[in-house]
Amino acid sequence: MSTAGVRTKREAQAARGRYGRVGQIIGEIDDRLGVAKGGRTFLDKIFPDHWSFMLGEIALYSFIVLIATGIFLTLYYVPSQTLSVYHGSYAPLRGQKVTAAYASTVDLSLSVRAGLLMRQMHHWAADIFIGAIVIHMARIFFTGAFRKPRELNWTIGLTLLVLSLANGFIGYSLPDDLISGTGLRIMYSIILSIPFVGSYLAFWLFGGNYPGTLIIPRLYIVHVLILPAILAGLIGAHLFLLVRQKHTQFPGKGRTEGNVVGSPMYPTFMAKTTGYLFMITGVITVLGGLAQINPIWQFGQYQADKISYAVQPDWYMGWLDGAMRIMPSWEFAGWGHTIPFVVLLPAVVFPGMIFTLCYAWPAIERKFTGDNAIHHLLDRPRDRPKRTAAGAAMIALMFTLLGASATDVLANFFHVSLNEVLWTFRVLVFVVPIVAGLFTWRICLEMQGGGADIGKRKRAVVMTRSATGEYRTVETEAQPDDEHEELPPIPVPVHIEVGAGDTDGEEVGVRTVPR
Amino acid sequence: MSQDTELEAAMDADLPLPATSLDDPHLREAVRNPEGAERAIAWFFVLGVIGVALFGAAYVQNWRPFTLGLSLGLGLFFLGLGITAWGKYLMPQGPFSEARHALHSARAEREAIAAALVERTGVVVKRRRVLLGLLGSGMGIFGIVALFPLLRSLGPLPGLTLTKTNWRRGSLLVDSNGRAIHVEALEPGGIVTVFPAGFESNDQTVAVDQTVLIRAGTTAIVTEKGRSTWAPAGYIAYSKLCTHAGCPVGLYEKLLRLLVCPCHQSMFNIDDGAVPEFGPAPRPLPQLPLYIDRAGFLRAQSGYDQPVGPGYYERTTT
Repeated sequence: MSTAGVRTKREAQAARGRYGRVGQIIGEIDDRLGVAKGGRTFLDKIFPDHWSFMLGEIALYSFIVLIATGIFLTLYYVPSQTLSVYHGSYAPLRGQKVTAAYASTVDLSLSVRAGLLMRQMHHWAADIFIGAIVIHMARIFFTGAFRKPRELNWTIGLTLLVLSLANGFIGYSLPDDLISGTGLRIMYSIILSIPFVGSYLAFWLFGGNYPGTLIIPRLYIVHVLILPAILAGLIGAHLFLLVRQKHTQFPGKGRTEGNVVGSPMYPTFMAKTTGYLFMITGVITVLGGLAQINPIWQFGQYQADKISYAVQPDWYMGWLDGAMRIMPSWEFAGWGHTIPFVVLLPAVVFPGMIFTLCYAWPAIERKFTGDNAIHHLLDRPRDRPKRTAAGAAMIALMFTLLGASATDVLANFFHVSLNEVLWTFRVLVFVVPIVAGLFTWRICLEMQGGGADIGKRKRAVVMTRSATGEYRTVETEAQPDDEHEELPPIPVPVHIEVGAGDTDGEEVGVRTVPR
Repeated sequence: MSQDTELEAAMDADLPLPATSLDDPHLREAVRNPEGAERAIAWFFVLGVIGVALFGAAYVQNWRPFTLGLSLGLGLFFLGLGITAWGKYLMPQGPFSEARHALHSARAEREAIAAALVERTGVVVKRRRVLLGLLGSGMGIFGIVALFPLLRSLGPLPGLTLTKTNWRRGSLLVDSNGRAIHVEALEPGGIVTVFPAGFESNDQTVAVDQTVLIRAGTTAIVTEKGRSTWAPAGYIAYSKLCTHAGCPVGLYEKLLRLLVCPCHQSMFNIDDGAVPEFGPAPRPLPQLPLYIDRAGFLRAQSGYDQPVGPGYYERTTT
């Protein structure tokens, strides 16, 4: 090596260009992939700020926790209904005949280090995941974010909900404990109730008459591979469409159908959302460690002739259980056939109708309003009283049915007859949605008007009482530094100038631009 | 010209690019007291570091899930809180804006793709109608036959499986341990789940054969016309499968003489042939006719006179 090749630090830096090593690496990548422009656009991407826009993030990050904890669980869980005598670490179970699925779930909970934490985190994350999807969906509905051009993303989101409900139920069934086994028995009966094809579908799904020996291994592969793959793909499509169509925003100062106003992807949004991922994971971890959920070693091994009191599914299946409880005992029998409407209507037809209505809603609304325009600005729920009333009625119906899944517990708790509780719910299931809908519609009408204050923070109001006893309210003046007035939005600057006094103007990553 | 094309043009021409000064209020912290926010965030990070470090110790020491969850959870939560607060209070809040491009393409572009589909397809269809028909039927038939292994390989056809149990004429009633039930075995009010002898320890048959045996009295009970000999010495037996959704009807209210299903609260009166008195069950529980053999053990006179459990389309009316 000749001495001519030796460069000073400063020379080496100069050779790399103005942005040093970062600029050099970007150059190398861009030579090969041509991503500089797309990457810059991505970093500049604007995310509107509103608390309700983070609900979908809760679902997304719960899904990440589900995947992470789920992978851990697959390392120990054995998807098999093979019976053997238990010799594991849980003393009260020793000597009993248990399935490999049940025994492995007990053992991973009680003798694998951090196993119980992981299992309970997985269960809590599933409950939170579906809850977040539901609340996120309500936000989309009430603000009209499903309108053109976003109908496809509404459809994808709804499919995510349906598949998540299915995967939640399946995951809940895998431990093969007494309560989840009862749930599978009911599911078998629900499939049986479908006219013409029910018994065939049930036999094919379970590999024969109930219970068979195949259902746990089959549900396992559906739970850990097939449905998660579809969910992950649909989540990718959901987010791709979000980026492609850009986020909606509420109307306000400087916000139009033609722009997006908020904070940029890098650094502000990235920091906020990464922190949010950590916070959600933290909350789920605390729940997993502190709040016991589904202690299957207390329930015991599922046996087809055993049953327990207060058999209830996870919260998101409660509405179906409630519908099954309050359904009158109708069954058609004749011409050599039986159609058990008592199961078919609440457990097959009713959810089918609910989800069809949800899938069809954007089209229904377009038909009734004749509104086929592109919308990027959100509605305030009060400004669309009929839609808001319909949404409130739907939520009221779902929660009344969820309540109906606890008829026996409520009757016990309040010391009233089960018959009274049952009939109360049979009435409430019609009354509550109607009342909630009308009430919401009325409130929306009352709240209309105004709107000049959208996008502004509320100012303090001073209330004075005159000598004659008259009260008067005066809004205080906006103060220069009290954040009441928002700045007009500007494009994300390419460069950030440094004033003369700040640095010597040669700092890496900062460029002085002549005005 | 839109914001972006303006920017591109400036880049192409090597003109100065949009810039803002470091003291532009758009770049300023969102709080009036950045030092205070910085201190708070520092404390959050300290708590976060303590939390995750404590988790490490708890894991090594194999402490309880309570400690593991609390330390890791709070550690992650505080780290997250710090990052979020940093983003929210100390990073530029703007507001910044970005132009929304119309999603649709130019009219000519739309027409070009429509033309490609319509005109090119027209060429293909016009000239090769027969080929397309053949190919279509091949694909269609493949689509249908591809369903066969998906469905039929998964399990047997139901056949008569759902109508049958293993109860036969003379089947000895045994409990889950295989012990036969002697006429003296139960006190009045006693209840036991029974199976046909030989089938009591098979997971699969237990699910359909399970029968609840109640000693409802000491003398024969007639639940319905034509069932005068079915319940000798107060012993009465019903299928344990609920006619609603197939749960085991596992609760017996001794005073009300009701069998209760814990799943959806169907209640069956044992004295009148298990007719549902309450709840969603649409049919009575099938009754198993019993007799007492010479040695004093309970046996079935015959199998059930109808399919047990929930309804399905092929179930014949009774």
